[in-house]
Amino acid sequence: MAAPPFTPDSSIRTLVRADEGLVSREVFVSDTIFQREMERIFSRAWLFIGHEDFIQKPNDYFVSRMGLDSVILTRDPQNRIHVLLNSCMHRGMKLCRYDQGNTRAFSCPYHGWSYSIDGRLVERPGELVGVPGFTQHYREKLDKKNWGLVRVPQVYNYKGTIWANWDENAPSFLEYIGDMKYYLDAALDHRDGRSGGSEVIGGVQRWRIKCNWKFAPENFIGDMYHDISHRSVDMVGIGPSGGKGRRDKFSRRAAVGFKDLGHGVIGELPHREEGPYVPVFAALPEVEAYYRKVYEDRVRNLGNQLRVKNSTGTVFPNMSFHGRQPRTIATFHPISPTEMEMWRIYLVDRDSPDHVKDAARHYYLRYSGPGGMTESDDMENWSYATEASKGSIARRHYYNYEMGLGYAVPVPELRGAMHSGEVSEENGRIFYRRYAQFMEGLDWNELMRADREERGRVHA
Amino acid sequence: MREAKAGLELQHEVEQFFYREADLLDDRQFNAWLELFSDDVRYWMPISMNVRFGDEASELTRERKDSAWMDEGKETLTQRVKQIMTGIHWAEEPKSRMSHLITNVRIVEVTPDDEKPERISTRCKFLVYRNRLHDEVDVLIGKRKDTLRRFEGSWKICRREIYLDQNVLLAKNLTTFF
Repeated sequence: MAAPPFTPDSSIRTLVRADEGLVSREVFVSDTIFQREMERIFSRAWLFIGHEDFIQKPNDYFVSRMGLDSVILTRDPQNRIHVLLNSCMHRGMKLCRYDQGNTRAFSCPYHGWSYSIDGRLVERPGELVGVPGFTQHYREKLDKKNWGLVRVPQVYNYKGTIWANWDENAPSFLEYIGDMKYYLDAALDHRDGRSGGSEVIGGVQRWRIKCNWKFAPENFIGDMYHDISHRSVDMVGIGPSGGKGRRDKFSRRAAVGFKDLGHGVIGELPHREEGPYVPVFAALPEVEAYYRKVYEDRVRNLGNQLRVKNSTGTVFPNMSFHGRQPRTIATFHPISPTEMEMWRIYLVDRDSPDHVKDAARHYYLRYSGPGGMTESDDMENWSYATEASKGSIARRHYYNYEMGLGYAVPVPELRGAMHSGEVSEENGRIFYRRYAQFMEGLDWNELMRADREERGRVHA
Repeated sequence: MREAKAGLELQHEVEQFFYREADLLDDRQFNAWLELFSDDVRYWMPISMNVRFGDEASELTRERKDSAWMDEGKETLTQRVKQIMTGIHWAEEPKSRMSHLITNVRIVEVTPDDEKPERISTRCKFLVYRNRLHDEVDVLIGKRKDTLRRFEGSWKICRREIYLDQNVLLAKNLTTFF
């Protein structure tokens, strides 16, 4: 379907008609749109930037990204976590060029300005502590307090996952994710139901893909229609129990979307009783025995608490996770309208035996990442969808997200949640509705109004 | 470890073995290629990180503990070949044009001796060129450490370590072998 030609004044509402299931190709290829995304989404939304396991000890640091900005995640000697802009305040040099490590101060290789993260030495982490020639050349006429590293004002540690937000007026992380929290818990909690209890296996896969960054979150938010992408791996069979397919069986799946917040998953509807045990990793009896045991513990630990499981899910805008198989977190860092850098880390139960972790790791690596037999085919599709949307005629046309339009029904246990069966494009529409709201530059009162009204109703 | 002084004949044999392997991959003779590996092979490709001088010990992700680009055995290598042969593995359909260049081949250890070698450790460098569809090009360069064992008169690869000289992988996927 044709869209009107794009001009700098085009309204995002013309390009993104989420309620009708229409999104213009323009938003996947335009430089202008991309720059607006950096300002209006990546400078305002809560972004996943790393995991506490990367900064376990005081003075540990891990370099991450927020949109096009490089940031340093640090733990100070008082065990507080900070996120600092990785650009020397003097002349912009990328202050830290290591991926991770341990240091008490960051010293710039260009002119030598240095910054401390030690809250005992300085009033605020990232403060400028060392300026070569401060007395002789600056004649002490430099207000060092004003030239500390730019600090991300809001940082939140959710069960080990670290989230950051540049906008000091943004709502808290917990309000931002709403009841999506239940699904995030399903990935981050111990398989036996204990809160937290997962750890990251070491190392981050980072790789470049010539595709628009939005292809990934819209895929993971609940596109069960793209099975043909993975038919080759299903024919071969890489599941943990052998046989055809790529995962162990997972019944009762539905696309659940949070209509006012832009998040969504493929997962179970909430329930209070654990379903029957389904063997997992049946090809490896010792590993299967572990999952059987944690299932029994889970039944006991959770009692009649509300619980869910999920396979894939997306927290708006650019973080996706798999709660089950493979259990992983992916982040999609925009590089340009037609290129992204994807990061993947993998989760296991922290106290599980080594053979269980090893089996999980092997399965993850044959499934996901650039070498993953499943994921490698996604890369091909996302790249060439981007490529084939660049033309001046192509970009006048909309993508279609009409499947299941009008069939979503509320999930009463979860605030603002809708479900629409397993195969539907409702979650895609939810993602792009939220996207359009951010791109219009709505203030937080407007962005959170629908969710807050919903909460008022639930509590009334 | 004593530096091996492998004879010319053994050096030639190993080089020819690797060149033939490269041809099998580039000619897409994947089943014949699989035959070159022992059933207990470990095929491991760690991720390289940017670390401070002095922290070189933590430069690579650790074997059997951490993430990796690939960590394979014979079973998953076989699955990967089967996937390509389905004809609907979109990442390789239509097929990429591929050339594996192997160079700097050195024999670093021979067991028990050069006269009757049963197990040899080698190092080499690789350049894997992939050209895909119209204008997609990947150039993947790095080092390889292989251990070969003699099985009924012919060499089989029983261990392959692949050290890619990249941190962020500058290719959208890894659907070839090294």
